[in-house]
Amino acid sequence: METKTPKKKPLAPRVDMPCQPAEVRRANFEEVALGYTREMAIEEAKRCLQCKKPLCVSGCPVEVPIRDFIREVSLGNMDAAYRIIKSTNSLPAVCGRVCPQEHQCEGKCILTAKGQPVAIGRLERFVADTYIATSACEQVTGTNSCALPRGDLKVACIGSGPSSLTCAGVCAAAGIKVDVYEALHEPGGVLIYGIPAFRLPKNVVATEINGLRLAGVDFHLNYVGGRTVEVEELLETHHAVFIGVGAGLPTFLGVPGENLVGVFSANEYLTRVNLGRAYDFPGQDTPAFPGKNVTVFGAGNVAMDAARTALRMGAESVHIVYRRTRAEMPARLEELEHAEEEGVQFAMLSAPVRFNGDAEMRLKSVTLQKMELGEADASGRRRPVAIEGEVFDLPTDLAVVALGTRSNPILLDATPKLKQNKWGYIEVNEETGETSIPNVFAGGDIVTGAATVILAMGAGRKAGQEIVKRLLK
Amino acid sequence: MPTPILHKESLIPGKTSKLVLDAPEIARKAKPGHFVMLRMTPNGERIPLTIADTDAENGTITIVYLVMGKSTALLEALNVGDAILDVCGPLGHPTHIEKKGTVICVGGGTGIAAMHHIAKGHARAGNKVVGVIGARSKDLLLFEKELKSFVDELLISTDDGSYGHKGLVTDLLRDRLKKDKTVFEVVAVGPVPMMAAVAETTRPFGVRTTVSLNPIMVDGIGMCGACRVSVGGKTKFACVDGPEFDGHEVDFPELRRRLAAYREQEKVSIDDYQRTAHGN
Repeated sequence: METKTPKKKPLAPRVDMPCQPAEVRRANFEEVALGYTREMAIEEAKRCLQCKKPLCVSGCPVEVPIRDFIREVSLGNMDAAYRIIKSTNSLPAVCGRVCPQEHQCEGKCILTAKGQPVAIGRLERFVADTYIATSACEQVTGTNSCALPRGDLKVACIGSGPSSLTCAGVCAAAGIKVDVYEALHEPGGVLIYGIPAFRLPKNVVATEINGLRLAGVDFHLNYVGGRTVEVEELLETHHAVFIGVGAGLPTFLGVPGENLVGVFSANEYLTRVNLGRAYDFPGQDTPAFPGKNVTVFGAGNVAMDAARTALRMGAESVHIVYRRTRAEMPARLEELEHAEEEGVQFAMLSAPVRFNGDAEMRLKSVTLQKMELGEADASGRRRPVAIEGEVFDLPTDLAVVALGTRSNPILLDATPKLKQNKWGYIEVNEETGETSIPNVFAGGDIVTGAATVILAMGAGRKAGQEIVKRLLK
Repeated sequence: MPTPILHKESLIPGKTSKLVLDAPEIARKAKPGHFVMLRMTPNGERIPLTIADTDAENGTITIVYLVMGKSTALLEALNVGDAILDVCGPLGHPTHIEKKGTVICVGGGTGIAAMHHIAKGHARAGNKVVGVIGARSKDLLLFEKELKSFVDELLISTDDGSYGHKGLVTDLLRDRLKKDKTVFEVVAVGPVPMMAAVAETTRPFGVRTTVSLNPIMVDGIGMCGACRVSVGGKTKFACVDGPEFDGHEVDFPELRRRLAAYREQEKVSIDDYQRTAHGN
């Protein structure tokens, strides 16, 4: 009689995360993804194979001990899981929402070869959300006993985005007094003015920042680095300075008609709605420009954010115009899918030629050139080539340009000693994050150019660890 | 950080006041031509205002505004002892000032206040300063006394002839430029039509003309591009490239239309405010 070899247990499918239905959420600013329940998290955590050499960790810029925290989740020990994440990540509730996990930790997960990777980002988010509202001290340091700030050691961070917050968190956890200087009236940088509430609720950012405050970090708002305070002055009053001012200066297309009324940078459009809370106008004083037919240029996460914001602000149609195809879009797949589900339309293989306005210089339409994909260029992507004569007009009264940013000149102009690279970003020692000025460190977009939240955090953590090492030795 | 109001002087009742603010860190850095971003309430909008004067020793800055919409109405409702919720600055490039001879500083309406700070900078640098100020009528004229205390000459015009020359500042400017060949620069601060007219007046004389622009801003720190203006055919951000530009190169019609972009929302906002402020 034949003996059947027992079949290998089939791999359980990844646990889906509940979302607001597309037809509901496209009319509100509430968070789209609703997060796991405890049962879902435990079920998903049990899919993890607990690899001896976890590849996922090497895929994470801040090297969260992913395997170890997932093991605790699978056992139901959420507090322990939180402490493990916090040992290397100051902002898990943020990272669990906005990191490009599919290219980082999840991209390296061994299960990818057999099906779907473990939903590491969703688990991180669950753990952080579960823990929030408990001991603020623990939120920052991951331990029950905060090292009290040592008044004799002081660090200044310029900017309050992800890189500065991380650097501040690392220093505060070591008991160092930190002053954060923020130019806007609300801390958080791009987490507040850039990423919409439906993707990253403001109270999530506020809670993380409050945790830092309780750990002894002072936030000085309305202080412009390079204007109200200069790097050299801060060096006189602090042992080290971290520059995390981001790369905010918007890039435009450079086509005729770009200064018509109705053409915006993504930064302006998103800042009005997110920081200015224009979705609540006139309850809030900052207005957004009303648009019926909205066109967004670019195909990264910022473009998706702008397009989905426009829908929520009442647009009748929203097009994303991109000169390549869906396959080349740099946005996270999840954001792209969410945008599609909500009704964003895509005008692929199209490039803007000019904006057209009326006598009052208000935007009426954009002229687009049809493209096709040619040979691969230096970046390895197939280059879009114009199809001669194929030009058409798309009616639009609100256009948002989301093509990335350049380095903001304010702090750099005020700090001529700071060595810049050929693209105008700050040059740093890759090992330590230190700039050409001793004890002045930098990280995030002002070093790398526009990148992700998690990469900025990785840079902030590296610099913070170096600062702690130097000050406590 | 809330910024206390130390002194308030009504210049045009209900419309324009001069506020002296306790802002030592800004006062220490502020130079003529700089501006600040203000926000009055937690729900408020960020608005730019040019600094009209500074006193580094006493740690104060002076601002002057014209009540135009809700934000400036909220500002006018504040008094000595109150604080402005957010004051951020100093922002923008300061005025380029060096000792070169005679400079004519032209100011119109509330712009006279900002022009006053620039004129003072030129006077301190040792330049001969001719002030030219204008308003619709005598009671709308600002900073006459302050300007007289340091300028070498002050020429005044009013539209209705109630004080000084009946007519426009550009009439006075044209006459002066015809007579005086020593003028190395004309600086103009005021409403867009006035600055455009000054630039057209000086163009035939080939005199360098600097204008201080007031486009709509959101952050004021080079992040959003709301304040972009076309200068010499190139796009510039008034907040980080300006706010002062060569008046002969500025596209004024574009600036005027961009300033009007939110006219309907501004009306909704001020109507809403007036209704609630009056308890109806």
